[in-house]
Amino acid sequence: MRIGVLAVQGAFAEHEQVLRALGAKCFEIRQQADLSGQLDGLVLPGGESTVMGKLLRELGLFQPLWEKIESGLPVLATCAGLILLAEKISGEEGRHLGTLPVTVKRNAYGRQLGSFYTEAEMRHIGTIPMHFIRAPYVEEVRNGVEVLAEVDGRVVAVQYRNQLGLSFHPEVSGDTSVHRYFLHMCKDAGEGGHFSSI
Amino acid sequence: MDNRTEKSRYELNKELAQMLKGGVIMDVTTPEQARIAQEAGACAVMALERIPADIRAAGGVSRMSDPAMIKGIQGAVSIPVMAKCRIGHFAEAQILEAIEIDYIDESEVLSPADDVYHIDKTQFKVPFVCGARDLGEALRRIAEGASMIRTKGEPGTGDVIQAVRHMRQMNREIARVRSMREDELFECAKELQVPYDLVKYVHENGRLPVVNFAAGGVATPADAALMMQLGAEGVFVGSGIFKSGDPQKRAAAIVKAVTNYKDAKLLAELSENLGEAMVGINEQEIALLMAERGK
Repeated sequence: MRIGVLAVQGAFAEHEQVLRALGAKCFEIRQQADLSGQLDGLVLPGGESTVMGKLLRELGLFQPLWEKIESGLPVLATCAGLILLAEKISGEEGRHLGTLPVTVKRNAYGRQLGSFYTEAEMRHIGTIPMHFIRAPYVEEVRNGVEVLAEVDGRVVAVQYRNQLGLSFHPEVSGDTSVHRYFLHMCKDAGEGGHFSSI
Repeated sequence: MDNRTEKSRYELNKELAQMLKGGVIMDVTTPEQARIAQEAGACAVMALERIPADIRAAGGVSRMSDPAMIKGIQGAVSIPVMAKCRIGHFAEAQILEAIEIDYIDESEVLSPADDVYHIDKTQFKVPFVCGARDLGEALRRIAEGASMIRTKGEPGTGDVIQAVRHMRQMNREIARVRSMREDELFECAKELQVPYDLVKYVHENGRLPVVNFAAGGVATPADAALMMQLGAEGVFVGSGIFKSGDPQKRAAAIVKAVTNYKDAKLLAELSENLGEAMVGINEQEIALLMAERGK
């Protein structure tokens, strides 16, 4: 299993550490040339979505990644990564990859003083620790998007076929169950399985 | 918020710094500059009244910025907004917390308010970043509650030599602590004047317990790449951008240089036609060493 981690900015190393501990091979995607090898799954990490979105375009990564996601490559997107995937960003004209039919609200809990920690149930996985850091949440879900977790009545985790989008940061929580679930998705996809929820 | 949240506040603050990694934090003095910085790809901005080069030129006492000016910048961008308070000036820090700043820089760039005590940063909910020249300073700031460290460098000079010196010094000391026998760590803690637990963390992990950025004197994409290759996890650029001929272009080039800091071919392209870099002052020419403030 070879997982590409978008490494243009943000907490990409933390994802790599968790994935490696689970036995997956990881490599960093910083420019187009990095996309030449085998790719069984993609991680869009936390960071600043404005920075990552801009660098995706300027480093020639936008189109190839968009095509791979559209053709079924499993993706794990956390926080800023979720914003990159969202079809619509609340209150903004622009969007980034736009492959996940949801509307997300950026900085939905306010500034850093609004960042928080909690534990909540995630469908297919169980109760897990959730670190929300200047986090977004999902305001609206469309066509066949499955809601996997809600906190205080807000949607914070969704799955749509090959795409897993989270408001929070499993990569800093010390709990590996979300990454294990994602690697399971990658394995299924590699074996020609379908992408609907397991 | 429940108790659990309060207990994890420091963790959440360290984690915000983790989200900034691989990015560039830019000094801005107006909402307009903040927008330019955000469009150029800054992962955060530092709101301050005068950039370090101008503070250096103007002389006199320099203090926390006008909260109205900081709020104007908070309203102009969606990325995190940081602001500086004077070393030891906990009232300034309280004010910055009251306007919900995302990160406070207890900074040697401003005139120190206390020549003995730093702020007890554990008393705050908002996170703090502090400057350090060596491992001892870094771990003392962390013990006081800092959730992010940056090299001090020498702000406002456009001369990267001190940032390089501080980063190399820190790396050297970390390597030394890592190679020690466990029974030597107690003496090491005494020598560095820091808590034993922090020395033990460095010994076990070979790194600081918080994110470490480079700052002070970074003026070009090559400077940024140099600091990243020396082990910085991101870069602060102060005077280097808005004191240069084409701030927008230079800012965007530095952002890309930090992402692809090992790709010399790309760095060459990024370094082309950036216009005038900030003029800069060599370290031998400056009368005021800001890095000497706050040990």
